[in-house]
Amino acid sequence: MAPEMAQPGFWARLQRTSVERLHIRLESLVVLLALGTAMAVLSPYFLSLSNFLNILLATSTIGVLAIAATFVIGSGGLDLSLGSVMGLAGVAGAFVAVNLGWPSVFAVVACILAGAIAGNINGQLVTRAFVPAFIVTLGMLGLARGLALVISQGRAIYGLPAAIVYIGQGRPFGVPMPVIIFVLTAIVAHCVLAYTRFGHHTLALGDSEGAARAAGIRVEHHRRIIYTLSGALAGLAGLLFTARVNAGDPTAGINYELTAITAAIIGGTNLFGGRASILGTMIGALIMGVLQNGLTLLAVQSYYQQMAIGAVLILAVFIDQYQVRKESRV
Amino acid sequence: MTLLTLQGIRKSFGAVDVLHGVDLAVAAGEVVGLVGDNGAGKSTLMKTITGIYRADAGSIEFDGKDILQLDPGQRRELGIEMIYQDLSLAKQQDVASNIFLGREPTKRVFGLFPGFVDKAAMDRQAATMIERLGAHLPSISRSVGSFSGGQQQTVAIARALTFNPKLVIMDEPTAALAVREVQSVLDLIRRLKSEGIAVILISHRLNDVLSVTDRIVVLRHGRADADLVTARTNMNEVVSRIVGGGDISAAAAHEQRG
Repeated sequence: MAPEMAQPGFWARLQRTSVERLHIRLESLVVLLALGTAMAVLSPYFLSLSNFLNILLATSTIGVLAIAATFVIGSGGLDLSLGSVMGLAGVAGAFVAVNLGWPSVFAVVACILAGAIAGNINGQLVTRAFVPAFIVTLGMLGLARGLALVISQGRAIYGLPAAIVYIGQGRPFGVPMPVIIFVLTAIVAHCVLAYTRFGHHTLALGDSEGAARAAGIRVEHHRRIIYTLSGALAGLAGLLFTARVNAGDPTAGINYELTAITAAIIGGTNLFGGRASILGTMIGALIMGVLQNGLTLLAVQSYYQQMAIGAVLILAVFIDQYQVRKESRV
Repeated sequence: MTLLTLQGIRKSFGAVDVLHGVDLAVAAGEVVGLVGDNGAGKSTLMKTITGIYRADAGSIEFDGKDILQLDPGQRRELGIEMIYQDLSLAKQQDVASNIFLGREPTKRVFGLFPGFVDKAAMDRQAATMIERLGAHLPSISRSVGSFSGGQQQTVAIARALTFNPKLVIMDEPTAALAVREVQSVLDLIRRLKSEGIAVILISHRLNDVLSVTDRIVVLRHGRADADLVTARTNMNEVVSRIVGGGDISAAAAHEQRG
């Protein structure tokens, strides 16, 4: 290091350690704590175990979608169809369980398979037909939603078997099942992204497709896997939601991609790929969860919550880009 | 012993014919300079060797094997490495991730889960490699994008040399470097040769090419137009073969100055 360069300050060193060891952006952790403190001051109901579990429960669906968004965006792609695919998957599962009357396990498989198929179609179109991911997944957003409405004939499918409902409403040891599934999924996803070759290749691909190709990584094949994985996770989110509300609702998940992508970006995922961490995304998802929960406790109209999420997304990207520009000037 | 043999390599992009049947042979431990004007097809030819581009026609033999159908990863396995002009680095990843990209060593975690990247081993070997190249990087765990051009070049070179290549292709490795750094790249090429590693050097700096190569192949209009033994040629001849006649003396004089 050049001698005239100043030693980095305490905060800068802490930031670097946090990013390198824990894959967490320190700023997002600060925002989460500040937000939590503000809510605790503003509402007497905020600081309680039951409300904490409420937040986690409300975050579980979005959280799973945010994991999907993290992989796709980290690889330099984009998936706008997350919310719609989630809706389609939930309807597919409910259709299999209720209309076909098949055993619950088939309904679970149907949810995840429906999501994986939709995601795979996204991947095939992006890598073989050379249609930009933005357009492919925007098209899938419409296609999947329409198909969900067709299958369910526009009405929610009620009367799910008890085993499915348990996935959404069961509370082993007092912890809601969706929270358990969400946390397990996050742990696995974190290990895959941070510690496996698959994860390394995903970020390298998002960083520089040319470098990944030159290194011998099968770029198109890898992208197809990522989009399929993204769809499968949207399917899992659909299962959690359907089981929790005890209905296959064709309008489930509308605008959820907005929240999921926002959570990933707040968590430090580079919008253009190459940098992403599941731990960061989890903090991003919790920020969104605390924000929504807090605004609800404060009796703020849900219309304003929607506005808040949109504003947070733009703000997060602005801060990220500001820092990138500042660093590149050094 | 011939290491690499190209015969009748053709490549076109849509209506644009870039290569019209190129023949080229490189022996083990030989340093071959590939020169030619802009657009002569040098980079395209090299990318058909590494497999980034698939040749439309012709044959490529490496180490006695037909490699035409192999993808870039498989060709790297056989020992073909390339240092690209744009370096092809993943700039947000750290040094070890770049050097080992696509070939990360793995270990089992808790004796159960295979496929976990052995980051400690990667960092260790990366540091050794950088040291062997005699280079100094501020930190091995920093993202490559924060390094200077020369430092990034070091990482790209380290990536090409870590897995015992038999052939290293260098596309304009000295174009963006300071004088001292240019010398160290030329020294490196001589060292590779002494270790029996073949090098194909693409460069516009003819002085570099003349000082370090055994042979110089001139690519012109998508064909290997001349194959000169470096010891028996000179700047004037190389330049005249590149421009293909015309005002040779003026062009040569310009090169002498530059």
